[in-house]
Amino acid sequence: MDRRDFVKSSAAVALAGLIAPPVRAGIPQADAATRELCLRALDAAKAAGATYADVRVNRNHSQSVSTREQQITGASDSETFGFGVRVLAGGAWGFVASRELTKDEAARVARLAVTQAQANRRAVRRPVTLAPTEPVPDGRWQSPIEIDPFAVPIEDKVALLLKANAAALQVRGARFVNSSLAFVLQEKTFASTDEVFTVQKVYRCLPQLTVTAVDPSTGDFQSRDSAEVAPMGLGYEWVLKSDLPGNAPRWAEEAVQKLTAKPVEVGQYDLILDPHHLFLTIHESVAHPTELDRVLGYEANYAGTSFAAPPEAVLGKLKFGTELMNIQGDRSQPGSLSACGWDDDGVAPETYLIIKNGILVDYQTTRDQVAWIRPYTGRTRSHGCSFAESWADVQFQRMPNVSLLPGEQDLTLDDLLAATDRGIYIVGRGSYSIDQQRYNFQFGGQAFWEVKGGKIVGMLKDVAYQARTTDFWNSLDQLGGQRSYAINGSFYDGKGQPSQSNAVSHGCPPARFKNVNVINTGRNRG
Amino acid sequence: MAEWLSRDEAKRLTDRVMALSTAEGCQVSVNSGIDGNTRFAANEVSTSGDASNASVTVTSRFGKRAASATTNVFDDAGLKRAVETSERLARLAPENPELMPLLPPQRYRDVRSLFDSSLRLDAAARADAVKVATEACERAGAGGAGFIQRTAGAGAVANSAGLFAYQPASSAAYTLTVRTPDGRGSGWAGTAHNDWARITPPATLAERAIKKALDSREPVTIEPGKYTVVLEPTAVGNLLRVLEFAMGARAADEGRSFFSRPGGGTKLGEKIVDERVTILSDPQDPDLLSRPYTGDGFPVERTVWIENGVVKNLAYDRFWAEKKGVRPTPFAGGLKMLGGTATLDELIAGVRRGLLVTRFWYIRGVDPRSILNTGLTRDGLFLIENGRITRAVKNFRFNESPVIMLNNLEALGRPERVSASESGGVESGGAVVVPPLVARDFTFSSISEAV
Repeated sequence: MDRRDFVKSSAAVALAGLIAPPVRAGIPQADAATRELCLRALDAAKAAGATYADVRVNRNHSQSVSTREQQITGASDSETFGFGVRVLAGGAWGFVASRELTKDEAARVARLAVTQAQANRRAVRRPVTLAPTEPVPDGRWQSPIEIDPFAVPIEDKVALLLKANAAALQVRGARFVNSSLAFVLQEKTFASTDEVFTVQKVYRCLPQLTVTAVDPSTGDFQSRDSAEVAPMGLGYEWVLKSDLPGNAPRWAEEAVQKLTAKPVEVGQYDLILDPHHLFLTIHESVAHPTELDRVLGYEANYAGTSFAAPPEAVLGKLKFGTELMNIQGDRSQPGSLSACGWDDDGVAPETYLIIKNGILVDYQTTRDQVAWIRPYTGRTRSHGCSFAESWADVQFQRMPNVSLLPGEQDLTLDDLLAATDRGIYIVGRGSYSIDQQRYNFQFGGQAFWEVKGGKIVGMLKDVAYQARTTDFWNSLDQLGGQRSYAINGSFYDGKGQPSQSNAVSHGCPPARFKNVNVINTGRNRG
Repeated sequence: MAEWLSRDEAKRLTDRVMALSTAEGCQVSVNSGIDGNTRFAANEVSTSGDASNASVTVTSRFGKRAASATTNVFDDAGLKRAVETSERLARLAPENPELMPLLPPQRYRDVRSLFDSSLRLDAAARADAVKVATEACERAGAGGAGFIQRTAGAGAVANSAGLFAYQPASSAAYTLTVRTPDGRGSGWAGTAHNDWARITPPATLAERAIKKALDSREPVTIEPGKYTVVLEPTAVGNLLRVLEFAMGARAADEGRSFFSRPGGGTKLGEKIVDERVTILSDPQDPDLLSRPYTGDGFPVERTVWIENGVVKNLAYDRFWAEKKGVRPTPFAGGLKMLGGTATLDELIAGVRRGLLVTRFWYIRGVDPRSILNTGLTRDGLFLIENGRITRAVKNFRFNESPVIMLNNLEALGRPERVSASESGGVESGGAVVVPPLVARDFTFSSISEAV
């Protein structure tokens, strides 16, 4: 495919709502040597008896800078470059990876992967089958960045962080501040025996700040972090837009305010959850339990299973939440962490509904999972949820962006607060814990505000809420509209054995949940 | 390159990198090795992987300025790029007043932590070890899901002040979860060691997990509240890691830790838990076998953190130690809690009414002032009545501090090596050896329907 064809086909895909807008920073290049290495691996795998093979050549580049108060505590830059070959032989998977990027090594590694698959056959009962996928002769995709973060001098990054720290420490009572910037660039070439060849450049960035206030007279200390600043699949322009220096004084003031905030009275409250808090509740209680491998027991030994099972009993039947609840899976929201052109199976991801009007209707899938639920969903292709952290890790099912769609009414956060007689408004991610089937959870936050008679009347502290997932989502009774929708996300989401890290966004409007059980976490202080 | 760098190869590589350096000071760390794993679920292998890798991290220094760069590209251009990147970052970085000087050559304890049995655990051997468990599960009418991991390799650190340290090591872990087909029962078993030959045999682990899964099928609902608990060693290990992470001296001195004394100072020398509690680190302990140096080449010695309930040491990094005029005590060398000789069954026999906990899950800090943590029981929670296990019980969420738990200690059993990380692989955070224990008044705050 030449460049003109690529532009034409990518425009068509964009019109279909499948991928983010075309890049402005240029199209990633595939060098001839990398393509040859891929072809050599695929040929060697087929010659050794593989019925399917794919090869991923990945270069992951990451950089981080961290500071505390007025000093730098770390500056590091890391690259890891290598390739992994995955094969199907006799219906079993095999995967071998190496950092030696030569054609001979590619062939050796491919043959080893086939040997490994053949060893696994003795412990495989049902052969793996792959859902069909469309050929992609020469696919290119890049995150929609404006400023390459790796081209920004480190002195600019440090200056920005130290300025933010100084701004935080000017607030009386603020004693400690930590801040950091982290950047990731993944250059990924993928080739498979199903006629897919793609080259992608994926950028991610994570600006963070935490300020701590201490009251020496009581020994109390409280922190507030930059909860409203999301990690994004964007470039340095996102760091500038996040304006840590401009926002730091407010976060510092809230940390100080928490020292004298009223401890929450335990009881049932209506909760108004800010998008920059609710995203993590969605991540834990909706996104994880709808991972199909989890549902079918494939993650039982670590991440766990799911209450949303078995598929035949719950698809189209489980009332996950109220009718207001529509949950979308996608890898296309511009600037989102999971956005890509093709997943690590070589599939262009779909935008689709997982929960429709409160009813569970689908799961997250990869090519080798589609057949497991085809009788219940009728779907014949993968949703494009395959991902591997690096060249050295085998790809498996990871969550796409999983988002709560905004309500049809044009409500704002203020409308939700005004409609609440007795409640708590929660901002930011705090302590969070959920069981291995995702029934029972306990979430804290960064800042808690008491709502009485439709107004915020003061700050609370030591707040956490506990609920059963479906009870909680069936208490959803108000939802913000499109204007109030915001994205946040998790930069390091762990799953799998050995654990692999994935980055994923969750969009949502503010939402209200009725009569949720609130506990006081400060009671056990000894 | 062979599967990892020998001592001589590592030395040659660190010399080669340092020869490229134009900085005032330079530290080079090298890691090389192999990682093999096999996963299984629904009584069959799901995925597996073998990867070989090696990486170099260069930390360059100009006065009090320092920065590091890592690469796994070892040709001249790759190494030069890493050296230049670290130097460029270091020159641009502001001064770090807390940067400590490079250490001169040190002497280290002799630790033998590389074992042939672990090296032989290739994909075929792992598939065989899977089959032992999955066949047992099939015979029991249950489904097994598990993970076998093996790592082997060598680490080295060198610096321009003449320091060189090298340590080869292997690790292996086998963990599995067995569930009944109706989804009502779940049981877990697992362990880890440097030496695959010292891992509890897969057949024994499978038998334990199957029994727990079958026994847990009809759980009764009991009210949340305070219960006497018998914690299996894995559950103790899960919570002890939390305590370890809270033992930093600096946060204590700065007044933002449980180990801060109200009004100033730390709780060093104070009795904070039951006098039977002694917790230590020791890289040479035959059950811990840990790297005898830290990332910058500082020697790791035996360190007693808590002795007979009294705080004997907090963790001081080199900067904070110098500031406070004490010897650095790094968090390293594994973690061991001493115990007694009682078996788990003997501990259970001594409990009139209580709960047996197999392991904990999703442990998260709630309040650092008290080290209050929350999390859930998982894969086997059983009611003990009059010294015997009588019923399975629905899982609970707990809200408890390990400090309070260790104050409420009733009895300790025989310590053993556990797979203490929730992710169930080889312990990246160091080996953990702990006894089963009995504690009263452990706080469970709500019921979880999760199985």
